[in-house]
Amino acid sequence: MTKLLDLSLAQLVSKVKSKDISSKEITATYVERSKKSKKLNSYVEETFESALNLSEKFDMKPDFNKKLPGIPFAIKDLFCTKNVKTTASSKILENFIPTYESSVTQNLWNEGAILLGKLNCDEFAMGSSNETSYFGNVISPIDDNLVPGGSSGGSASALAAKLTPATIGTDTGGSIRQPASFTGTVGLKPTYGSCSRYGIVAFASSLDQAGPMTRDVKDCALLLEVMSSFDPKDSTSINFKRPNYFSDLNKNIKGKKIGIPKEYRVDGMPSEIEKLWENGKEYLKDCGAEIIDISLPHTNYALPTYYIVAPAEASSNLARYDGVKYGFRADGENLIDMYEKTRSQGFGDEVKRRIMIGTYVLSSGYYDAYYLKAQKVRKLIKNDFDDAFNKVDAILTPSTPSSAFKIGDKSNDPVSMYLNDIFTVPVNLAGLPGISIPAGLDKNSYPLGLQIIGKPFDEQGILDIAYSMEEKINFKLDINDWWMK
Amino acid sequence: MSIDLKTVKHISKLSRISIDDQKAKKLEKDLNSIFKWIEQLNQLNTDKVEPLTSIAETTLRFRKDQIESKNIREDILKNSPKDNKDYFVVPKVVE
Repeated sequence: MTKLLDLSLAQLVSKVKSKDISSKEITATYVERSKKSKKLNSYVEETFESALNLSEKFDMKPDFNKKLPGIPFAIKDLFCTKNVKTTASSKILENFIPTYESSVTQNLWNEGAILLGKLNCDEFAMGSSNETSYFGNVISPIDDNLVPGGSSGGSASALAAKLTPATIGTDTGGSIRQPASFTGTVGLKPTYGSCSRYGIVAFASSLDQAGPMTRDVKDCALLLEVMSSFDPKDSTSINFKRPNYFSDLNKNIKGKKIGIPKEYRVDGMPSEIEKLWENGKEYLKDCGAEIIDISLPHTNYALPTYYIVAPAEASSNLARYDGVKYGFRADGENLIDMYEKTRSQGFGDEVKRRIMIGTYVLSSGYYDAYYLKAQKVRKLIKNDFDDAFNKVDAILTPSTPSSAFKIGDKSNDPVSMYLNDIFTVPVNLAGLPGISIPAGLDKNSYPLGLQIIGKPFDEQGILDIAYSMEEKINFKLDINDWWMK
Repeated sequence: MSIDLKTVKHISKLSRISIDDQKAKKLEKDLNSIFKWIEQLNQLNTDKVEPLTSIAETTLRFRKDQIESKNIREDILKNSPKDNKDYFVVPKVVE
């Protein structure tokens, strides 16, 4: 059965279509392995029985025209799934069972995919290490006590441990790309407006995007093609002609201009990352691309801007959790007391901290000094990218300033935790597409990633660049299944 | 600009999150370190910069004013924390 687990998503799809493997065989293999992998704590809800039933149903009446025929998927527990518990890894939604389906997951099921279960994440996607989940830390399959990154940490862990052939996450400030980088996998955050936000538990609505997390670039193109669609139910969904990312994927990047932003060379960055970045440039040159030095002068201001904008939006979005219509309720002496106790007991520390930051920056007397200021700096950051894209087709940067760290290493210092997202956050603020691909290992043999940032709606462009680089990098990571022993 | 304990308690009130004194003290420390770091934004002169309010530069679409979800009372009440088939139940509001 090892062989089946080694197949990529695209390979599985073609083997199902050629009738070499059944949906049941695939599903049973992933269910069995997931059951043996509890130590990683990547699942918060298992739907193994229904997955097996659905796979049998698929095999009885297979539709080989589907893009994901009978393929099982475990997904981040931030996507609402009809009649399946959706918690955002928070106590406040511990028993929430949506009566509707998110548009992105509906797109998956429409193409024949089957739900394996819901994956752990940071509470309300607020975190960079999957240490804020109400359901406990997720462990990286790469090493004992190593964080998988966050907030899509359960997704990254399950993907790297081969508990799902591919998965989907959400990315508000790096929550797909940073965990992908930490676990040696591929993760793409699409252009804002590409994937519908309908039915995704909201964190910061002007930044949130869903995206694919996969073993290789080809799978990433395939899954993005299924996920991305215009959706009238999301007022910021954009109606543009979406290419066939998968069939259009190619390695012809000759003559493409790739920018290297000098501001991403930050103090204290390990030499291995510097080296990786240099190698990346060489690979691109080998493929016929042209390397151009560029400047994104406001890069350093992106994180503080993000930590005003995102909590402000979160404090508004999370106002809905009041214990009245759904979710956890604590008893109180009166209505206000009920609200205060419900939110105090229902939210974890990081979520409360961000609600309070957001409430403060939006409060009377501080709005101009913080929120308005941040919106203006956000404009400057976007202008930086607009200027850069007059000169280049895409931008190459490291994905993260370090490799994965141990559980507990950064959880007591919020600012040092926030610094993890220094290279990914500017992309969300500017609404651009970005992809992280595995590019090498550090001295502890922990994975490191490179990020390619594209022009708005040029997912195809960054996928093609990633596809070309992937071949040259030839990344290999041996995961020895230590958690099953 | 530093945030004192009184401000922390005021924000917690505005946020409708009750906190005890020990938590308030911890938050005072955390929030001060976060805002000290955030204040580097003041190095930038943004007097002539327009705020970016939406990344998608589109005007909101209109849709037909028609009901699409019908007979969903049960669905809506399904996750209500206090059982009642007709209403959401809350603590007494009017004396």
